[in-house]
Amino acid sequence: MSAIYVKSIGLAAPGLQGWQASLEVLRGERPWQSEEMPKYAPAVLPANERRRATRVARLAFQAAEDAVGAADAETLKNIAAVFASSGGDTEVLNGICGTLALPDRPVSPTHFHNSVHNAAAGYWSIATGSRLPSTALSAHDGSFVAGMMEAFSMAMTEQLTVLLVTYDLVPPQPLHAKRPLSDSFASALLLSADADGALARLELRLLNGAAGEPAVMSDPGLETLRLGNPAARSLPLLAGIARQQASTIIIPGLQGERVLLDMTPC
Amino acid sequence: MPIQALQLTAYTLTSALGRGRQAHLAALRESRSGLRACDFETAELPAWIGRVDGVEDQEINGELAAFDCRNNRLAEIALHQDGFLDTALEARERLGADRIGVFLGTSTSGIHETELAYRERDTETGALPDWFEYAHTHNVYSCGRYLRQRLNLQGPAMVISTACSSSARAFATAYRYIQAGWVDAAIVGGVDSLCLTTLYGFSSLQLVSPNPCRPADTARDGISIGEAAGFALLERAEPGSDRVCLLGYGESSDAYHMSSPDPEGSGAALAMRQALTTAGLSPEQIDYVNLHGTATPANDISEDKALCQVFGPGQAASSTKGWTGHALGAAGIVEAALSALCIEEGFRPRSLNTEHVDPALNSRILTENEQTAVNFVLSNSFGFGGNNCTLALGRLPGRTTSAT
Repeated sequence: MSAIYVKSIGLAAPGLQGWQASLEVLRGERPWQSEEMPKYAPAVLPANERRRATRVARLAFQAAEDAVGAADAETLKNIAAVFASSGGDTEVLNGICGTLALPDRPVSPTHFHNSVHNAAAGYWSIATGSRLPSTALSAHDGSFVAGMMEAFSMAMTEQLTVLLVTYDLVPPQPLHAKRPLSDSFASALLLSADADGALARLELRLLNGAAGEPAVMSDPGLETLRLGNPAARSLPLLAGIARQQASTIIIPGLQGERVLLDMTPC
Repeated sequence: MPIQALQLTAYTLTSALGRGRQAHLAALRESRSGLRACDFETAELPAWIGRVDGVEDQEINGELAAFDCRNNRLAEIALHQDGFLDTALEARERLGADRIGVFLGTSTSGIHETELAYRERDTETGALPDWFEYAHTHNVYSCGRYLRQRLNLQGPAMVISTACSSSARAFATAYRYIQAGWVDAAIVGGVDSLCLTTLYGFSSLQLVSPNPCRPADTARDGISIGEAAGFALLERAEPGSDRVCLLGYGESSDAYHMSSPDPEGSGAALAMRQALTTAGLSPEQIDYVNLHGTATPANDISEDKALCQVFGPGQAASSTKGWTGHALGAAGIVEAALSALCIEEGFRPRSLNTEHVDPALNSRILTENEQTAVNFVLSNSFGFGGNNCTLALGRLPGRTTSAT
């Protein structure tokens, strides 16, 4: 079985603002406490784009930028991207569907091009100048696992360094009543087939009927967060890496499928 | 080194041209477009659309009733054409339910359901009506979840949504999953259905033609939106297989603009070059390029520049959007399926509705159907966000290098 390596991690969620700042909480050294996320201004975007960026793009970029850190322009150009999100830009979709219920249906062109599921992925490739593959996908509550498999297989087969960004925003009302996510959450993992300077080594297996319970978080707050947003299904993996403890982590997909990640710290 | 080819054990498509491969072949041979003046739901727009007849009547009942929406109805219709359902179920028995992946593409999924629900918001609370079910209809994953459950499959599944390249990318994902050993076969394809979001959205960007779209024409003035669904069952090609195969793929980003293509076509050229490299084919071996060819002024010229970078001038090419309309997230599977038909039938379709080929274009845009051997095809799909995917399709013999 081939392995890939986690080179760096980014995090953006209430009470988990940045990978470094979240290590104590993820290691269980202090309890998770929800706190409001200040409005984030993506550093890689030019000023006019930064002002216009939607909330979901800011969320995805906050985690993505945290993961790539101070990488120079040349490095950023050589990173492929997988953006995984259950619902994409639910605020923009809410706006469009509201507008379409009005008599003259004045849909905003900017709203429309921001409504595509790959909007954040598109802005990221424009901002970084990367012409490498960039994809966007969903598997509803299984979106983190689906994104991990896509990024894993891309890093392995195409021999690319791949940034996996998994994110979901709390949908606005009235959509929230139909898709009640508890908190917004984004994580980013920079993955590569190359071990140099990596945080952890990952192997991935599909469990077909084999035994094993899905990983949970021992901190009750983090467990609520994990269950409250599909992007937060990455938390057990992040906690394992934060602890630098070899672990076997089972992450369920949406329809009973389960993926086993064997994580070894580097 | 070329990739290991995947054969299309079965494939099907349903679009405005009809249901199944024979309906498409007949329409192509008879030069019959599927476009009509916009008559979708309550849309009042000066536009032509590629609507599939009878989607309204295809209800989804019983255990899967929660999935009932235009997009999944279209998927259900497509599933019944060309014996695809039976072949898929047979593959499940042969390979095991957990050894088949489902990788589909869509741009707007079942958003039309949400559009309808927003008309019925509670006047006091603003709440959406009780009948509205988000997860099984509007969520991007809906059609993948539907197909997986409909076929009782237990392998990995996801829906790719990179606008108009979505269902082309599904082929690349399937290749990687098979390479990783996670699955032995994959059902790939896509489903995208008409909705007000795309009709009014593309109109707001002034990208919709008031006439049937005219790809590559001097007077081209925008797209005609269509709807379609199509599927292919992909698995490793057996040596000597005479089926049409996925021979290669290329994926790239423009890194240029959210809704306009790079005018130089550099990203598109990169995707085509990679498709050739992974297929082990030289540009001279390509008999036909099925263009993305949306019929917007910007797309067609930038795509032609990309073709000229890769092939030089004179490459035989056409867009089939004048026949089907632009099926957005399903365009990739529709055009891969049409390309496979062209290979099987020795046929190159013309660029329908194209009266005067823009003299600024340097590829050989086909203005007549041509009956000729077609061994290797590239099919282009480009989307918002500068998202490009090119598929290389053909039969195994004749590749410059043998598969590994």
